[in-house]
Amino acid sequence: MKLPSRRFDAVIVGAGGAGMRASLQLAEAGLSVAVLSKVFPTRSHTVAAQGGIGASLGNMSEDSWLWHMYDTVKGSDWLGDQDAIEYMCRMAPQVVYELEHFGMPFDRNPDGTIYQRPFGGHSMNFGEKSVRRACASADRTGHSMLHTLYQRNVRARTQFFVEWMALDLIRDAEGDVCGVTALEMETGEVYVLEAKATIFATGGAGRIFAASTNAFINTGDGLGMAARAGIPLEDMEFWQFHPTGVAGAGVLITEGVRGEGGILLNSAGERFMERYAPNLKDLASRDVVSRSMDQEIKEGRGCGPHKDYVLLKLDHLGPEVIMKRLPSIRDIAIKFANVDPIKEPIPVVPTIHYMMGGIPTNIHGQVVVPGQDGPNTVVNGFYAIGECACVSVHGANRLGTNSLLDLLVFGRAAGNFIAEQRLERRSHKALPADAGDAALARLARIDGNASGESTATIASDLRKTIQSHCGVFRNQQLLSEGVRKVLELEERAHRVVLTDKSRVFNTARVEALELDNLIETAKASIISAEARRESRGAQARSDYPDRDDVNWLKHTLWYREGNRLDYKPVNLKPLSVEAFPPKARTY
Amino acid sequence: MKFRIYRYDPEKDAKPRLQEYDVALDPHDRMLLDALVRIKSIDESLSFRRSCREGVCGSDAMNINGKNGLACTTNLKQLKEPVELRPLPGLPVIRDLIVDMSQFFKQYHSVKPYLVNDTPPPEKERLQSPEERDELDGLYECILCACCSTSCPSFWWNPDKFVGPAGLLWAYRFMADSRDRDLNERLDNLEDPYRLFRCHTIMNCVDVCPKSLNPTQAIEKIKDLLVKRTV
Repeated sequence: MKLPSRRFDAVIVGAGGAGMRASLQLAEAGLSVAVLSKVFPTRSHTVAAQGGIGASLGNMSEDSWLWHMYDTVKGSDWLGDQDAIEYMCRMAPQVVYELEHFGMPFDRNPDGTIYQRPFGGHSMNFGEKSVRRACASADRTGHSMLHTLYQRNVRARTQFFVEWMALDLIRDAEGDVCGVTALEMETGEVYVLEAKATIFATGGAGRIFAASTNAFINTGDGLGMAARAGIPLEDMEFWQFHPTGVAGAGVLITEGVRGEGGILLNSAGERFMERYAPNLKDLASRDVVSRSMDQEIKEGRGCGPHKDYVLLKLDHLGPEVIMKRLPSIRDIAIKFANVDPIKEPIPVVPTIHYMMGGIPTNIHGQVVVPGQDGPNTVVNGFYAIGECACVSVHGANRLGTNSLLDLLVFGRAAGNFIAEQRLERRSHKALPADAGDAALARLARIDGNASGESTATIASDLRKTIQSHCGVFRNQQLLSEGVRKVLELEERAHRVVLTDKSRVFNTARVEALELDNLIETAKASIISAEARRESRGAQARSDYPDRDDVNWLKHTLWYREGNRLDYKPVNLKPLSVEAFPPKARTY
Repeated sequence: MKFRIYRYDPEKDAKPRLQEYDVALDPHDRMLLDALVRIKSIDESLSFRRSCREGVCGSDAMNINGKNGLACTTNLKQLKEPVELRPLPGLPVIRDLIVDMSQFFKQYHSVKPYLVNDTPPPEKERLQSPEERDELDGLYECILCACCSTSCPSFWWNPDKFVGPAGLLWAYRFMADSRDRDLNERLDNLEDPYRLFRCHTIMNCVDVCPKSLNPTQAIEKIKDLLVKRTV
């Protein structure tokens, strides 16, 4: 069947922070750009970021991009690529100033400069003491940033395709990417969108876990599409648990609470982080704090009737600071935890928050795979930015505030790089004859299955499986059993039944399509985790408790075909400065 | 728990209907959105928008027992049964609880919702005092959920001519920004019997805003600026 087709210079899939930062560069450069989004752009998950954007402005304490770089390398447990990390930290002040010029309502200091707060793992002078580096708009930084970027795109007349879901990547015989197939949700029509540059900015996939701070839309669509098109996924075993999700609800409480002076307490009322991280204490990096909390709970010092959470105390900050700097946190605590943090502590547990891995790219956002030019051979026409990409600046553990920074820096870099290609002067590559086949086959399979289970049942089982087999602490038995269960779930998902066959805004069909992407993400994550026999950053294995730089200082690459694993070296060589060689990691 | 939910599938239904659901909830189901997700796991044809589930993305605005609100921040305990759910009033229904929001966004776009300042920016940030920044509080937090505009009778009658409370709140957000240089044009753009002056201070917008913002006050401030300009 021939699908209706539309042509653009560039197609961006996803209208969160990364997608809209890239689209802005492209629209302002005069290219024809289509930005597809499953939701209206300001509903993308960037909107939920709270604490700040990391940049060494030095407005409130002495700072330098080199210190930021060191903290990021150390935070990554040396798995981050130092060229990409240097680029990001050097660019940070510029992208923050640009946002300010776009109109972003940052909080301000008495001298009129941007307000900055301390954040976990960020330090002065290579780990000496905490630094104020997180540029904040109260505790709504993501919301302010996403709306500002959307508004700036309105000004640039960017063309948005709202409530369109990309289905599959189109690659030709040479392996070049020629666009995507996509579903217009309102009508149920499927289109081919041809592009000279296809940019994935599809965000994270936290919905493979049962307890997650992520939105419903974070289903790893870009990862699923890339994997089905033969692109490997990098470092998917590394999933960040944010220390402070509201117990039972999963809703995020920003690290900015601890940045402003909040502390974690166990059932004895002890500030236990003093024992685990004597220097940075509650502001150690997230993997360290999450593991410490889990340890406290495991050793019986959890709070509440089931001793299954710890307390985040902030009443000592006083109502003025809470109302001024953390107003949404107060609102969330009242609504989701039944406590007013002005008076009482908030019950919190480590909760899945961020995917460090993703589609492998270089610092221009170009997707790179092992091939004729070595382990980082460029896939023509294909780019990935933001959480769905692995560039890799976060390595085995991301520092708070580096996510928004990653979106801005690499969204902008990819936009500039593509604009320099002068795509408007080039013609489209010929579309392969089978361009729409993969997407149509998936749709036909989902519509045609007569006996099987519902999407809701399978997705719920998948989330429970990943939650219990791929959590904070992992071991061989748990992981091997988990791999087996996920592969069974893949079989079940293949037979998923759709009872509602209607076309107009069929959200059940959308969820069935998302399930395919959740399955690919889950397989990549747990198979990569099982194979990595060491503990590094967010991957903590009780059977291999130490970091093993001799055997495992390398990036994992998972291929969908045959669930094959490959590895590639970490880039320990920065662009211009001396490398930071691996050393023991203490806070 | 008992629900009566507005259903309309243009491919099947000649006209909308209310469907009754009686569902056993889980003790962890706290918010209305949790109940809707549970209902959808039983009847997957029920259609609604949702995303962040914490009141910041603005996807799941609907009419809940006669009042607009977000499903994800509406506690089930505060709802009288049967809980009647309808799409946001005044906008065309696409399907079930999903409305066509084009008109709402068109009005938002019409106020030039972006900072205008053509002077070359400094190398670092444009300075703004904390007091100047405070002027933006209560304005920039809008999540574009449309609870306000679709509860406003003036917007129901003239959705193509009256900007509506959300758009006007954003219009004032940029007028109030010390960095913006477009005040006159912004006022010209609204000095019109319909665009601004259809607001009759009924204040439904204030009553329903899930972020506790006050569009009526922003509208009054725009009117003040217009008066000041003529003096």
